[in-house]
Amino acid sequence: MQRRVFIAGLAVTVLPIAAAATPETMAAAIKQVTGDAAVRPGRVTLDIPPLVENGNTVPLTVTVDSPMTEADYVKAIHVFNEKNPQPHVFDARLSPRNGKAVVGTRIKLADAQKVVAIAETSKGEFFSASADVIVTIAACIEDIT
Amino acid sequence: MANVLVNAPKTATKGQTVEIKALIMHPMETGFRAGTNGRIIPRNIIEHFTATWNGNEIFRMEFSPAIAANPFVSFFTVASETGTIAFRWTGDEGFVAEHQVAITVT
Repeated sequence: MQRRVFIAGLAVTVLPIAAAATPETMAAAIKQVTGDAAVRPGRVTLDIPPLVENGNTVPLTVTVDSPMTEADYVKAIHVFNEKNPQPHVFDARLSPRNGKAVVGTRIKLADAQKVVAIAETSKGEFFSASADVIVTIAACIEDIT
Repeated sequence: MANVLVNAPKTATKGQTVEIKALIMHPMETGFRAGTNGRIIPRNIIEHFTATWNGNEIFRMEFSPAIAANPFVSFFTVASETGTIAFRWTGDEGFVAEHQVAITVT
């Protein structure tokens, strides 16, 4: 009986931590950025290794095909994930001063999942690219033991 | 003062697009991990990163816990005039770090 209580307690305490972002929460987070605007594929290149051994540091580069002039530039680059505890990865703000719409960083991935990059242009258009990544050692939620 | 590593060209020609890389030492603790005592380690991340060229903002980025420890950022900017590029990181627990590099534009 005591063991059952313990297991039940364990399930309760572990669940809120394990509750991860899902494809639905990612879609909701993307919706917060894009609103009702259509998100079209193309113009965005998401450079991320397809097979990652260590999810603690995954190199990622987002490149957007844009002239980066006052008339037409990339305003923001947003990156989202499916299965980390939270769907957000980063938001970068750009301007014509950047010359090239390229942002690189290193991210954590908690599981094999899809990563989505969305570019917002000065004209209010949204373009996206996604990549599936397989992760052998997960990050973010592993405990220190 | 946190350890910062910035890679930017020392000289550039006006109008040239240059790449800037910035790395800072920071644990980027997610707030989702339990420590040896079984308790959740409180979140401690850098939230904002900004770069300015002679006081004018050239790049800004908002981090989430999904950014790897020792956050690395690379971006491009058009060389405008001689001066300093300043970087600023701010985050949880009152974290503030600043760094400057000089650049000569001809």
